[in-house]
Amino acid sequence: MKKYSDLEFLRLSKSEKFFYKLASFFTSIPRAVARFFVGIWNFIVKKIFGTIASEIADVFLTFKNGDWKTRGSYLVMGLGLIARGQVLRGLLFLLFEIVFIFYMITTGGYWMSMLGTLGRVGPHEEYNEILDAYTTVYGDNSFKILLYGVLTIFFIVAFIYTWRLNIKQSKIAQEYEEHGRKLKSGRDDLRALVDEQFYKTLLALPLLGILIFTVMPIVFMILVAFTNYDGTHDGFNNALFTWVGWKNFGTMLSWEGGGNVYSAAFGEVLTWTLIWAFFATFTNYFLGMFVAMMINKKGIRFKKGWRTILVLTIAIPQFISLLYVSKMFAKNGIINGLLLNWGWIDQAIDFWGSTAHNALLPRIMVIVVNIWIGIPYLMLIATGILMNIPADLYESSRIDGANAWQQYTKITLPYMLFITGPYLLTSFTGNMNNFNVIYLLTGGAPVNPAASSAAGSVGYTDLLITWLFKITTGAGAQYYMASVIGILVFVVIAVISLIVYNVLPSIKNEEDFQ
Amino acid sequence: MNETLEKRHMGLRASRAISNTIIYVILIVMSVIWLFPFVCIVLQSFRVESTWQVGYVIPQKWGWDNYVALWNSDFKRWYLNTFVIALVVAALQTVIVLCMSYTLSRFRFKMRAGLMRFMLILGMFPGMLTMIILYRVLKDLGLTQANAVPGLILVYVASSGMGYYVSKGFFDTLPKSLDEAARVDGATRAQVLTKIILPLAKPIVIYTILTAFMGPWGDFVFARYVSFGTSAGMNVAVGMWNWLTPDMINQRYTMFCAGGVIVAIPVAILFMCLQKYYVEGVTGGAVKG
Repeated sequence: MKKYSDLEFLRLSKSEKFFYKLASFFTSIPRAVARFFVGIWNFIVKKIFGTIASEIADVFLTFKNGDWKTRGSYLVMGLGLIARGQVLRGLLFLLFEIVFIFYMITTGGYWMSMLGTLGRVGPHEEYNEILDAYTTVYGDNSFKILLYGVLTIFFIVAFIYTWRLNIKQSKIAQEYEEHGRKLKSGRDDLRALVDEQFYKTLLALPLLGILIFTVMPIVFMILVAFTNYDGTHDGFNNALFTWVGWKNFGTMLSWEGGGNVYSAAFGEVLTWTLIWAFFATFTNYFLGMFVAMMINKKGIRFKKGWRTILVLTIAIPQFISLLYVSKMFAKNGIINGLLLNWGWIDQAIDFWGSTAHNALLPRIMVIVVNIWIGIPYLMLIATGILMNIPADLYESSRIDGANAWQQYTKITLPYMLFITGPYLLTSFTGNMNNFNVIYLLTGGAPVNPAASSAAGSVGYTDLLITWLFKITTGAGAQYYMASVIGILVFVVIAVISLIVYNVLPSIKNEEDFQ
Repeated sequence: MNETLEKRHMGLRASRAISNTIIYVILIVMSVIWLFPFVCIVLQSFRVESTWQVGYVIPQKWGWDNYVALWNSDFKRWYLNTFVIALVVAALQTVIVLCMSYTLSRFRFKMRAGLMRFMLILGMFPGMLTMIILYRVLKDLGLTQANAVPGLILVYVASSGMGYYVSKGFFDTLPKSLDEAARVDGATRAQVLTKIILPLAKPIVIYTILTAFMGPWGDFVFARYVSFGTSAGMNVAVGMWNWLTPDMINQRYTMFCAGGVIVAIPVAILFMCLQKYYVEGVTGGAVKG
């Protein structure tokens, strides 16, 4: 693509400018992606390896320069601190070491040794002398091995970090002693926790919760994608599961056997997910803004009343409103009943579809109902922002002879887009994962014959997230496939976010927005 | 000259009247569309001549039968479960979110930027993915089925630190000079938070409590996993969802409507009372991103 200089760009006509910007947007995507990978590479090589190398060097250096107290801390954590009077810190280090060693000897070692195979002995029949019959004997539990294995790895990493911290602090304590400076006492430490280091106190509980209930499950589920954990290999009751490498990704993206059953389904669902997210985001955005402008308009009365009526859909739990609306549009529901009674139609309309013939209608319906649910949010947001636009902008534009449409495209819209840019992105990704609307309205129906041979009987309105959910239910639940889908959802969202973050700001700067 | 101005003025007024009328028509139509399902659900809850779906709005026979049937069903238990979950979650989640957002807004420590980026990335994983394992963990702890309430509370509260964005945006708008002035006067960081910031943060505290309280009423997927078919451990969403499955709907449809009314009224009233704070939170959140 030809690159224009600023002067050349200004000479272009309006449509040429537009296409130039569009083209430069798309041509810059590969560069943004490349920049991203270069960034990751630099991060890994320079940041992570660099840090590890310098830490290791420091560990050796500290040992070389340390006295017996500091050197002793390498084996008995906290020794250096206790010997120099920082008893509280030292005891905490020591306690952590004792707990860690005790844990590793009693259970942690077992989990770690099993992690490579996820268990050796599955459930099997064994002769029982008392009963004089063969009974099932349960062996290892793959699920627990994987779970506690991951936890143990977390624990080991935490231990290494703490061990390193212990050495660092011993070194500092030694230096302080050599320079004759006073060390912080246990009381000072405690006081710091409500003052200078209050953030540690505040963050401890929330971060612990996130670590155990978000990070750990995500790590676990990423690992599940590389196993054959499913309803028939539940790891304990019927069979063990084990590592299978990249096979599941191969099945999903069809570089490995089984035809293209999964890749076809994935393609169908991903396409619809993106279409849905696009329409769900932008219909709500523009219609919500439009409604907010109507209500805000000078001379319109009962502003509060209109808003209150619309906000009802936020106030009422979605499972009630969405489930009820889905039944209203059922074949024997109220809408069809009324239309039949009034004689507008002679047979019930199948709004939610049941066959491939009318797959378009349910797709439109979920978007329309989503508008019903979503406009109020956008109306609230837009109302707040619109009120902040300086009124003299409109005043002066009117004097210059601008009509309402010009005011909208030149003032209101750029202002809104500029301020709500990040919101649009989060709302787009949020809609990609909008489980409630789809699941409560259609449950994914109608079944899509082009994709239904994959697990979870994919339907026309299924998003990746509802497909993921369907796969995890039932006896034949393929947890590993759900996990693969989850990882792919992450990849898609990350790529979209990166592109928007990297490319949009540069475009925005070129905009004539003031 | 005067005459033409007058005419133009008249023309402007006329065109404004026309556009306002159009807007009124649109708003009235919208109000009807927005209210229609809710009016229907209320009317249907009083219908006693049949319990299945019908094609008309106004009941032929009115009565309290559906509400009586609700009273005699497990609905009471579900309602209590949900209410307890919502109350406890509202209290604990607010504390956690405020700790998180205040810290990230006010303190500058080494891991701060990395921590926020890490949580942004974590947020890109679909939460549904973690359900399978959380369910198994809760099951090992004995917190599923009949004991689902504490289990659900634990999971809701534990991961709530991720939703700090809106209130962090609020804390960012409070001037830092307030903190500094108090620090100069000898207040510790903890005192700054409890004595200076919290009283000023009333709107965002109410917003956080409100959203935290409303969340559990709508949770359906994870609650269904955890209660796993045991009625005693269900919340209203799971229990009532079952009523609309194909084999139940013909006996339970009007009961669903009655239940919907009972669930919606307190939540909606609470929301309407605190609407002002909700709007502030939502608007602030969208602007800050």
